[in-house]
Amino acid sequence: MFKYFEPNKIFAITSKAPKYVLFLFIVVLTIGLTEALVLSPEDYKQSDAVRIMYVHVPAAWISLGIFSSLALLSIGSYVFKNKNFALIGKSLAPSGFIFNIIALVTGSIWGKPTWGTWWAWDARITSMLILALFYGMYLLAWRIYEDKVQVTKVTSLIAILGVVNIPIIKFSVDWWNTLHQPASINILSTSTAIHSSMLVPLGIMTAAFALFSLLIFLMKYNTELIKVKNKGLDRL
Amino acid sequence: MTNEIISMNGYGTYVWSAFSFTLISFTALYFVTKLQLSKEQKRFASKFGSLNSGKARAARSQNINRVILSNTSNI
Repeated sequence: MFKYFEPNKIFAITSKAPKYVLFLFIVVLTIGLTEALVLSPEDYKQSDAVRIMYVHVPAAWISLGIFSSLALLSIGSYVFKNKNFALIGKSLAPSGFIFNIIALVTGSIWGKPTWGTWWAWDARITSMLILALFYGMYLLAWRIYEDKVQVTKVTSLIAILGVVNIPIIKFSVDWWNTLHQPASINILSTSTAIHSSMLVPLGIMTAAFALFSLLIFLMKYNTELIKVKNKGLDRL
Repeated sequence: MTNEIISMNGYGTYVWSAFSFTLISFTALYFVTKLQLSKEQKRFASKFGSLNSGKARAARSQNINRVILSNTSNI
């Protein structure tokens, strides 16, 4: 089954896709920003500060999603002995890390007008900071280790250990008494605490952020494949 | 209307700084990634150029190498 996922076969697609993804990202982001900053209503309690949600929440969702993917790819790399999984993980991590930083910084900016503080060592915020540390370790390991087998083992270990933190982040607002509000959207349930006038821009911004992470992934994956091919030319 | 959007009922500093930080991060990551990609493509093209005719023929027989070379010419 994995013969279809061989780098040589998918490079023809991944090398052409970024320009189309970039175009789509710009279109979706423009619509999302117009909805988020102009058309969506202000909150009755938080007023216009609620608009920070349209960058904070999608960034947090995508950073969690990418780290979960890193853990799955690491397990896949162990089970199926497929080196391409590690390459995909390495290409996904930079955008995941940036989204994590965006979630932390925009959360901090949002915290000042709503909680009266830039930072609090509460469960949700601290566990997101720990996730950023795991992302940092994952990316650093790829830079530090030269040996391919060793780097795959180390990065897999970091991803598998780090994924334990994901349910802690998710349920921290239910398990502990925190400043952070509980989840307003549950994908397993049809009920949501957010009105559709806010849910639509949130969905559009999430789509734009997902397209951006796809764009960075494709460009990074192409870079990694060319690096492999550069080493291949050295061996000729 | 414009003033309302800029001031955001007094929350403009917070809202605009959050959106600006996000867009600046996106732009920086995009250009850093693009730079890394074009650097690798240029390295590949220069290595390929230094191969003798026999090795170049062997390298060109791989489809992926041909695709990389065709993309490199667009840089």
